Amino acid sequence: MSEIKLENLKKSFGKTEVIHDLSIDVKDGELIVIVGPSGCGKSTLLRMVAGLEDANQGNILIDGKKVNELEPMERNIAMVFQNYALYPHMTVFDNMAYGLKIAKIPKEEINSRVQKAADILELGQLLERKPNQLSGGQRQRVAMGRAIVRNPVAFLFDEPLSNLDAKLRVQMRLEIKKLQTQLKTTSLYVTHDQVEAMTLADRMIVMNQGNVEHIGTPLEVYTKPKTLFTAQFIGSPAMNILSGDCQKGQISLSNGTTLKTNSNHSGKVNVGLRPEDFIMDDNGLIKLKVELVELIGANTLIHGKLENSNEVLVASIAGVISEDKVGKNINLAFKDDKLHLFNANTDLRIN
Amino acid sequence: MEKRVIFKGWWLPALLVAPQLIISFLFFFYPSGQALWNSLFLPDPFGLKTEFVGLDNFKFLLTDPYYLESFKTTIFFSTAVSFFSMAIGLYLAALADRLIKGAGVYQTLLIWPYAIAPAIAGVLWLFLFNGNIGLVSYYLKGLGYEWNHTLNGDEAMFLVILASTWGRISYNFLFFLAGLQAIPKSVIEAAAIDGASFWKRFFTIVIPLLSPITFFLLVVNIVYAFFDTFGVIHTITSGGPEQSTTILVYKVFSDGFVSQDLGSSAAQSVILLLVVGVLTVVQFKYIERKVHY
Repeated sequence: MSEIKLENLKKSFGKTEVIHDLSIDVKDGELIVIVGPSGCGKSTLLRMVAGLEDANQGNILIDGKKVNELEPMERNIAMVFQNYALYPHMTVFDNMAYGLKIAKIPKEEINSRVQKAADILELGQLLERKPNQLSGGQRQRVAMGRAIVRNPVAFLFDEPLSNLDAKLRVQMRLEIKKLQTQLKTTSLYVTHDQVEAMTLADRMIVMNQGNVEHIGTPLEVYTKPKTLFTAQFIGSPAMNILSGDCQKGQISLSNGTTLKTNSNHSGKVNVGLRPEDFIMDDNGLIKLKVELVELIGANTLIHGKLENSNEVLVASIAGVISEDKVGKNINLAFKDDKLHLFNANTDLRIN
Repeated sequence: MEKRVIFKGWWLPALLVAPQLIISFLFFFYPSGQALWNSLFLPDPFGLKTEFVGLDNFKFLLTDPYYLESFKTTIFFSTAVSFFSMAIGLYLAALADRLIKGAGVYQTLLIWPYAIAPAIAGVLWLFLFNGNIGLVSYYLKGLGYEWNHTLNGDEAMFLVILASTWGRISYNFLFFLAGLQAIPKSVIEAAAIDGASFWKRFFTIVIPLLSPITFFLLVVNIVYAFFDTFGVIHTITSGGPEQSTTILVYKVFSDGFVSQDLGSSAAQSVILLLVVGVLTVVQFKYIERKVHY
């Protein structure tokens, strides 16, 4: 059980700085998901905590102890890799026992620990197999097993599910969540998949180009995104962004429509509206010229442009909407508290 | 999907495989047959007529202490050459694999010796160790050691092993480097996180994962040491002193072409052929089974 603390961490490869002054506090037993587009530095961050990359500046503290100079093996962490990184020439048992054998743990204890992990992960029947005789999901579980037998102070997950097919991914996601709640081991989990991030995280960190955009619970990140990037990155379909001008509690959009706001900011703004927050309402303020209607099951996506403007907008409306709306104008309404307002210069949230 | 071409007649496929068949016949089956045939005859000292002697050539060889000594020499020599050239090749490859800057230069330099013909490699080392003008022997003399491989059999053996190994390191280096680079980095990292030190990782992860390549190189290197080192031995020691560096293939040459004992030489070729054949089969049958994972 342990806490991980990152203080003013910086990392560059050659002249390119990939992590800019990053600080995070991970509490004991917490599952933190680091999410961001590829190349945002999230894997590098994880590898720095693991000790596979050196930090150029700043401190990495595990349980209050600075570990910057320690080798990976001295940090007592376990990592699950995207490609599982199982030892192909060893059986499942030996894969899990490898770290324990190196730690010179007595044989009986190795057996019992591996057996216990195998029971938790339902690998009991597979202990004598080699990795190439296992399916993707089974390999993933062996990789997890290798991590848990060592009773590490923290788990590090580097996109562990991205090599699995969609169905298995959902299943393994649940298993990881269950396992983590059961073991209560502090975990850092890196992914580019926002659904994984939303479902797994106690708290999530949204990263973009080496900067932290937002740290918060999934609900906070979804309902009150701190930055324009977070707003657009989390949520599917992505949040609509309309440009506007805010003066004295009034926002005028590019087509002349005015919206009310309780913010007294004055200047250019970006207005964010989630597609799922719209309802069809003849008195709605947003007028949309429909271009395309997509039925995706429970919801219908309506794509179009803001009337008298070139700004595109997507609305996700519950139920089935008929295709003969195409080419016509519809009115959309939303609740005032669903309106997100961002400063157009700083991209930071205003309201 | 495998593509199979169906030929209508027989002449086109026959024509297409003919070059390979003709080469195999001319340079393998025909000489082997000749060797087998000749091994049953004993030519008279002037080479005017031959006499059929059955298996007497073989009987004589297998009781000939010189021949049996040559067998031992060959085993020692090829084991040493294979072991050292592979070990050094692997060591250099492991170092090159960790390089980030200048890897290209380092690799190219290491590959150069492979471009040098064995006979020339032999001459180079001969010059270095020459008792009168050699640099190395000069320095050894400075250290108080009198180097003379033309008189000392052990020194001669050391020198031919050195020269043969040196020429072979590049080849092994190349294969080992390719093998090392094919090992996923994350597997090594996982082992590092599991607590394995560099050497522990090297022996428990890297070497087992290299075993298919190691096995391949073992076969190729033994065959090299058996046959292709002829040039090195011929230029440096000519099999001497006192037969101490006469490996089997060199004995075939010296008995046949120098001593003109064609019957015995042919019989030796046949034995050599059998030995290499058996060696290869044994290696593939028994060792390959263990390297699969």
